[in-house]
Amino acid sequence: MLTRNIRLIGGAFLLAVFAIFMLPAFTPAASASETAASAAVVVADAAASVNAEAAGGVSIPVPQLTASDYPTIKGVNSRVAVWLVAQLHLWFGAFVVAVPMFVFIIEAIGMATRDVRYDNMAYEFIKVSIAAYSLTALLGGLLSFGLILFYPDLFKYMAAIFKESMWAYALLFFAESAVLYVYYYGWHWLQGGNKKWVHLTFGLLLNAVGCLLMFLANAWTTFMMSPAGLDPAGVFHGDTWAAIHNFLWNPINIHRVVANVAYGGSIVGAYAAFKFLNAKNSGERAHYDWVGYNANFIAIAALLPLPFAGYYLTAEMYAYSQQMGITLMGGVFAWIFIIQAVLIGALFLSANYYLWCGMGRSEGAKRYYPAIKYIAIVLVASFLVWFTPHTLVLTNAELKSLGGPYHQYLGVLGIMPAKNTAVNFLLLGTFLSFMLYRRANKVATVSWVKAGNAAQIALFVAGAINIMILGLYYGYFTNTVYKVAASIPQVLTTLVIIIASVVIDSFMYKGAKEVAPLRWGRMSNRSQYALFLLAVSFTWLMGLMGYVRSAIRQHWHVSNVFRDNSPDAFTPDLGYAANIVSIGTLIFMTMVIFVFWLSTIGGKHVVAKGYWKEQA
Amino acid sequence: MTNFLKVFAFSILSVGAFWGYSNFGIPTIIPAPPPVEEKLDLSAMTMDQFISLGEKIYNGKGTCTLCHNSMGRAPMLDTIGAKAEEHMKSPTYKGTAKTVEEYIHEGLVKPSAYVVAGFGKAGSNDTESPMPDVTGGGIGLNEAEVAAVIAYLQSWSGVEVTVAIPAMPAAGAEAPKAEEAAPLKTADEVIAKHTCGMCHTFKGDAASLGPNLSKIGKKSKEYLRQAILDPEAVIAKGFAGGMMPANYGEQLKASELELLVNYMAGLK
Repeated sequence: MLTRNIRLIGGAFLLAVFAIFMLPAFTPAASASETAASAAVVVADAAASVNAEAAGGVSIPVPQLTASDYPTIKGVNSRVAVWLVAQLHLWFGAFVVAVPMFVFIIEAIGMATRDVRYDNMAYEFIKVSIAAYSLTALLGGLLSFGLILFYPDLFKYMAAIFKESMWAYALLFFAESAVLYVYYYGWHWLQGGNKKWVHLTFGLLLNAVGCLLMFLANAWTTFMMSPAGLDPAGVFHGDTWAAIHNFLWNPINIHRVVANVAYGGSIVGAYAAFKFLNAKNSGERAHYDWVGYNANFIAIAALLPLPFAGYYLTAEMYAYSQQMGITLMGGVFAWIFIIQAVLIGALFLSANYYLWCGMGRSEGAKRYYPAIKYIAIVLVASFLVWFTPHTLVLTNAELKSLGGPYHQYLGVLGIMPAKNTAVNFLLLGTFLSFMLYRRANKVATVSWVKAGNAAQIALFVAGAINIMILGLYYGYFTNTVYKVAASIPQVLTTLVIIIASVVIDSFMYKGAKEVAPLRWGRMSNRSQYALFLLAVSFTWLMGLMGYVRSAIRQHWHVSNVFRDNSPDAFTPDLGYAANIVSIGTLIFMTMVIFVFWLSTIGGKHVVAKGYWKEQA
Repeated sequence: MTNFLKVFAFSILSVGAFWGYSNFGIPTIIPAPPPVEEKLDLSAMTMDQFISLGEKIYNGKGTCTLCHNSMGRAPMLDTIGAKAEEHMKSPTYKGTAKTVEEYIHEGLVKPSAYVVAGFGKAGSNDTESPMPDVTGGGIGLNEAEVAAVIAYLQSWSGVEVTVAIPAMPAAGAEAPKAEEAAPLKTADEVIAKHTCGMCHTFKGDAASLGPNLSKIGKKSKEYLRQAILDPEAVIAKGFAGGMMPANYGEQLKASELELLVNYMAGLK
């Protein structure tokens, strides 16, 4: 009883700690209209700020720079150097922030089920992230040096505004390192009973500190996009919390947390695939097949809500500044979303392909094989709709014969309602693949199986019709205002289908019979490349979206406040960005494979016979 | 090692496919270079040239066509002149314009004064416009550029062009803002710069438009500071309120305010 109470109190304490860290991220930011205060308020604020200044307060004006204020080093393109280092830091950072999140969950599952395989897998994941953690810190240091060297005035300005949070960030790194090392090195020491709970607490602390670090860094990035805490002349008067809690801070925080988990899942999936391909025996193959399956599950689980988080972020960009939103979606960057569609299509198709291959592990999956081709058709059709551009690249003659830039039939597929409809079908198709996979090796024993299945089919059919009607009617037959607004009921429909199906399935398959033991390891080598494609596509996609997030500031260091007057102030075109992102991805993948290799040699122990002197 | 090479080659192929598609599968759009401030000689301009300048700003620096286009993001402005009278009489109109020119000017610098139905900010019930003040932030049009845009909109929408070509310089020749200038060193400089002596007497008994300040040092520094920053807080006997500008809080630097307060505190 005492132990149980201690655990309950411990659990409540863990939740409280986590809540304290997370709470600031979910309090509402000042709205854009509040940011643009009325003239009367501005006068009063300015008066107050002068008073504050007179009383020893802060007044940081916006630097007015010229090209000569940006130091250069011969043979180094400062912008490309900082871009690449920042992107590499972000990739590794995303990975090391994400891994402890699902390691914590996997460890907790292991504790709940008392299945040591989960504990071993969690340990293996954290082991991979240890080497990546050092690389993250090294790249972070390199990024700081890059900014100080090439953009000293920008760095000084940002440091002046965020000095408290930058100092806290540096100190928190010590906390992060300490907790990570205790968590990793203490894994086998803190085993069993209350010790395991202590270990899990360290896991939670690790996540809390990791998230806090990311949120602090996100504040600097989002301040550059949606500056806050400045007066109308752009002068900062010391309200650091306003600068941190700027309009886009929370949307980015949410988006990055979800995306990081999906990304981390894909990277450890690649790790498992690498190990699977190099497995020396069937035991190793089975183990890494199982690890790969779990990694893919994590990636998909986070990938499903990711479009919604992205949608929320974009909607908030519009809410902050319509100009920024239109520049993003309808201006020079519009084509980026066609590339994004290709990449996300690659993500979904490879994740689904891996799931379908995984059905080979189960004897009971054969009954679902016919359904796969229909799911594939829905996925490919959705992908093609998402991928169809609104306007076409045409010669004058083609334009004339077509009668305009829009294709007679395909043109209608280019606008947002069609794409919103497609992405919802893509999500439902992926969820269906996953559901069939989960059911493959089970036979439900409850008496209401037929009714349950019928309810699920009805749910899917009704939901699909609803999504289609919302897309067609509101997208094409009503006022423009409703076109995008209709996406919310579409998303809700998808969520209802997913949640309701999971609930029905969990009851229907409670106590279900197993068809036959799952044959872990019975996977083709080809299927493992789907996991690699997932990791590469994710990496490339993150690089691309990082480019556009930064590029919508155009020729501003801090949007509409601090102008970029460096020789590289131009906005790079997509081809240029693709070159940098590709180079970055290759460097990253090389470093990641190096990390995988390190984790492999870490466990090897060679006995060098005859090398060492014999001890008496 | 074979697997390592296979995986590496697969990664290169995947990245190559994405790179190739981005470079050759979609059109190359080169983003516009950052806007360069142009120096314009307004004194030599005819009205037609001024209207053309407005059109250029409307389509370029002003970024107006980003939203005011045929895609329905914001109302088209080819009828703004014709509809101005109707809008000014609308019960939802919150501005103070009396003429078409004033109405258009208001629309550029205070866009929420009148929001065309269906084009308000989401959730604002058409009481708030998503459009920014064109004189601020990233657009930053100066008075001459705003006037040129008004001239263009009047001309385009088929009403009489009433706006005059300003005598002031256009872009690139603005006086430095208060924040950019170095702080003043003495109280006399502050008084001279902000023309306090126009209304107040600091030495002697001469009558003035505002209160005589030659013995103001009897008051506390807090009182003096408040009197400068918020002149309506206490109105001196025998003087009407609303005369002294209320924006010295914006104009004065902290050190300048202290110089002035200390100087006035010494006037006994």
